[in-house]
Amino acid sequence: MSIEVRIPTILRQHTKGEKLVSGEGETLAELFDHLDAANNGLKARVVTEEGALHRFVNVYINDEDVRFIGGLEAKLSDGDQVTILPAVAGGM
Amino acid sequence: MVAHARADHPDEACGLIAGPEGTGRPERHIPMTNAARSTTFYEFDAEEWKREYDRMWDNDEEVVVAYHSHTHTEAYPSRSDAGIASQLGLPGAHYVLVTTKDPETAEVRSFRIADGVITEEPIEVTGAPEAVQSYKFAHTPDSTVYDCH
Repeated sequence: MSIEVRIPTILRQHTKGEKLVSGEGETLAELFDHLDAANNGLKARVVTEEGALHRFVNVYINDEDVRFIGGLEAKLSDGDQVTILPAVAGGM
Repeated sequence: MVAHARADHPDEACGLIAGPEGTGRPERHIPMTNAARSTTFYEFDAEEWKREYDRMWDNDEEVVVAYHSHTHTEAYPSRSDAGIASQLGLPGAHYVLVTTKDPETAEVRSFRIADGVITEEPIEVTGAPEAVQSYKFAHTPDSTVYDCH
């Protein structure tokens, strides 16, 4: 089981500059636990201490925004591609 | 950017200018949908952002400019602009702010935002003398540096 993960520029400090890493997991939560072992600190940038996705991060499985398919409990299949993006937002 | 901000007024407008990775050259304008459709807040539409990011990835491009408009306040990053950009933002990008609060004159300013610190930078407009002239106060034929000091 191998999941390809696209890492945004701001999180590449956790992946030794790599823009693409691979990980494993049956769910998104497991994938982030697996990734964190090799990419120290990555998980904390995406997942809160309470165990939810940070408000201003977008995570996709293939083209699906994971918020609509179970969040961290979303299921993964071999060959899926996960993309992490900053949610570009702000206000006056 | 100004035309997009004017078109979406009174809502905030937002978008990107992408360029070849590592060059810092803003070459491809990508107007984005403000999913918040708000006069006081903006957020990239998540699906559209993914599509545009994939296109940039395939083209070996990166975000050179991330812009948005303020419709009632000055062209300066707000507390939430700086907070969100610092927490998880686009570290290489120039954050450009456009204000449409005045119907005649748009103000455009550029910033770096990192670790909660906002640093203004000058803007140089080149290569389009007529466009340049319509947005500036004092000009040379084809280039103007807007100093931020």
